[in-house]
Amino acid sequence: MAQNLDQIFVLLTGWMVSYLPEWLRPYGVAVLGVVGVLAVYVTLFALTTWFERKGLGRMQNRYGPNRCGPFGLFQPVADGIKALTKEDLVPRSADQVVHFLAPLVLLIVICMGLAILPVGRNMVLVDMDAGLLFFFALGASTELSVFMAGWSSRNKFSLLGAMRAIAQMISYEVPLLLSAISAVMIAGTLSLPKIVEAQAGFSGILPHWYVFTPWGFAGAVIFGIAAKAETNRCPFDLPEGESELVAGYFTEYSGFKFAIFFIAEYLGMFSISSVSVTLFFGGWGAPLSFLTFIPSWIWFFAKVLTIIFVFIWVRATLPRLRQDQLMNFAWKFLLPLSLINLGVTALWRFMGDGWQRWIVCAAIVIVSYIVLGLWGMRRQHVAPRKYSYAD
Amino acid sequence: MLGEGIIKGLLETARNFVGSYVSKERLTTVQYPEERWEAPEASRTFPFLVYDGDEWLAGLRCTSCQICEKECPPKCIYIEKSADKKPDAVGKMQFYPTRFDIDISVCMSCQICVEVCPFDSIKMDRIFELSTDDRFEGLILDRQKLAKSNSYYHQIHPTEAAEVDAALASERAAAAAKAKAAAEAVAAKAAAAKAAAENAAPAGGGA
Amino acid sequence: MSPVFYLLAAITIAGGLAAVLLKKLVHCALAAAAAFAGLALLFLSLDAQFAGFVQFLVYLGAVAILIVFAILLTRNAEEQDGGLFSRTWFAGLVVAAAVFAVIGWAVLRSGSVLPNQLAVPTATVRDIGVALMGRYVLPLEIVALLLTAATIGAVIVAMHEKEGEQ
Repeated sequence: MAQNLDQIFVLLTGWMVSYLPEWLRPYGVAVLGVVGVLAVYVTLFALTTWFERKGLGRMQNRYGPNRCGPFGLFQPVADGIKALTKEDLVPRSADQVVHFLAPLVLLIVICMGLAILPVGRNMVLVDMDAGLLFFFALGASTELSVFMAGWSSRNKFSLLGAMRAIAQMISYEVPLLLSAISAVMIAGTLSLPKIVEAQAGFSGILPHWYVFTPWGFAGAVIFGIAAKAETNRCPFDLPEGESELVAGYFTEYSGFKFAIFFIAEYLGMFSISSVSVTLFFGGWGAPLSFLTFIPSWIWFFAKVLTIIFVFIWVRATLPRLRQDQLMNFAWKFLLPLSLINLGVTALWRFMGDGWQRWIVCAAIVIVSYIVLGLWGMRRQHVAPRKYSYAD
Repeated sequence: MLGEGIIKGLLETARNFVGSYVSKERLTTVQYPEERWEAPEASRTFPFLVYDGDEWLAGLRCTSCQICEKECPPKCIYIEKSADKKPDAVGKMQFYPTRFDIDISVCMSCQICVEVCPFDSIKMDRIFELSTDDRFEGLILDRQKLAKSNSYYHQIHPTEAAEVDAALASERAAAAAKAKAAAEAVAAKAAAAKAAAENAAPAGGGA
Repeated sequence: MSPVFYLLAAITIAGGLAAVLLKKLVHCALAAAAAFAGLALLFLSLDAQFAGFVQFLVYLGAVAILIVFAILLTRNAEEQDGGLFSRTWFAGLVVAAAVFAVIGWAVLRSGSVLPNQLAVPTATVRDIGVALMGRYVLPLEIVALLLTAATIGAVIVAMHEKEGEQ
């Protein structure tokens, strides 16, 4: 029974496809998988917009949305109707073609990233040999569409927002990749389902997740921080800082194109959270050995939503960083720490089993964290700013 | 150590998150259409025109001096001055506005018009439910919509209105006293002139 | 030669031509990015996953962004005074045609020299990694050294300018 429940979507797909003629079956599987993944993630997106507003409200001692339906649950529907019925304005001086293409390219690229996520046992749309690389390659391509959006709007806020976004994404892509590589080094593969399998199994009742090792913990934290910066979430939301740039690179977008940017932002958040779950939190594995009867896909989405909640929690807590703080943090703290972490991972791998490696690796990680925190993040005395032209 | 403050902040927000479900006192917001919050006395939204007595047009304090129109930073006031004069609340002949429009879609509630008005005629209102389906005409308030009685002013800003009334009363009293003194002086002068004339006549007669 | 190949080839060639022929520099850069993407997809359609993803990661994620940044930061990208082509366009055309001829000749020749391989070579990421860390480790390290030197040089250039300002 538990076995069937675990594989219910796989069985369901098989059953539905069995009605198709032989030559159509591969296409049927593909279409059903794509539709399923998109439907699940878009539903999650709708729920998350509600959950985020509710959570932020509660963290600020407010109610949050509570008018549309019970507990404001229909708020996403109302938002969707609003976005669909709004006038789609394009600035007269904007570059029409690029302005139109930018949100489409962004959404397509982000949706392609959802294809490689192993959302449950035997539940992955495309099992690629280099799936993780595919994910990061797509992540790199989003920068171009952000630039397209910012440049084509012919608006200084848009352009500034795009420049900030690209600078930030390039800077934080380095620690993101380096921290992901540590998990790849131990698992010995770039394929996401295989990384999940490498974390299967339990010692006693505790799972073998990478986050429960010194290098894995550091890697998960670095990955999480870099993921927040990659998805432009607070406290790294400088590209769309309302108080400075109106809405950053999508200032000149309205109506459904704006909604596409919104969806793309959240889907990007889901996919990067899913990857971090896969890399460090055991993917669809159960957290305790006696909980394995619960279907794998439930565990996967529970973990993803937990990470989303942490995202929201941090958003409610921290103020926005300044540009120089952002860059200092990336290059002077995260990058050295992730490089050291890479070395620690190699050490972990070659020290073999035993308790010594725990002490040595943990000590290196903690000491480097403290030293880098004191040295890299020390308070800097900034001289009064000089302007080249204004004086 | 790096990150301590973040942990502290996260704990604080977590406490809020849980606490807002446990204790209602934490929730600071008001559920607006059902619940209403008594705005503080000093709160202000848009300007209005005060009139004395019962007739709004007759009692308008505004003398159409157009100082507010000139001072308004976003230029949202439009005034047309009357050609004739009408008696104001105390019976003095004054100009009055034939047209006084405020575009509240432009007004930024800075209160400068109130500060510069020498006649205590324009004051800040407290109404805020001004939404309309006509964004052009519906958001321009003409002089009839702007005119509100002095008793309304007393109702929304009691302290300030009392001060204004006291100042106006003392001003009027001073003016009345001055007028009386002037009248007396005129009367005395006339009496003196009369007396002098009376005195002069017999003298003339005598001459 | 499947329809997919022709589609991807069309995208790549159209992107390349647009990169040369379009008037606005930013459009050219975006067209070049489209050509890069087409090339990456061609790699993927040949089952060369690693090469395709690296093409995406490096060319779309880094080179295209670098070009765009260079255009935006160096000069006014909007104004295009004078003709579209430089005066030496004919020489450029000759060079390009010569290079194309050489490559085409090599490709056509190799087809007849090499035996027709039927088995699709399966180069996994692991094989590529092993090759890079084993047989080709020296070239890899030399490239790494070169890149490090370039990075340090760039930093020094930037730092020097800053000191000069102060």
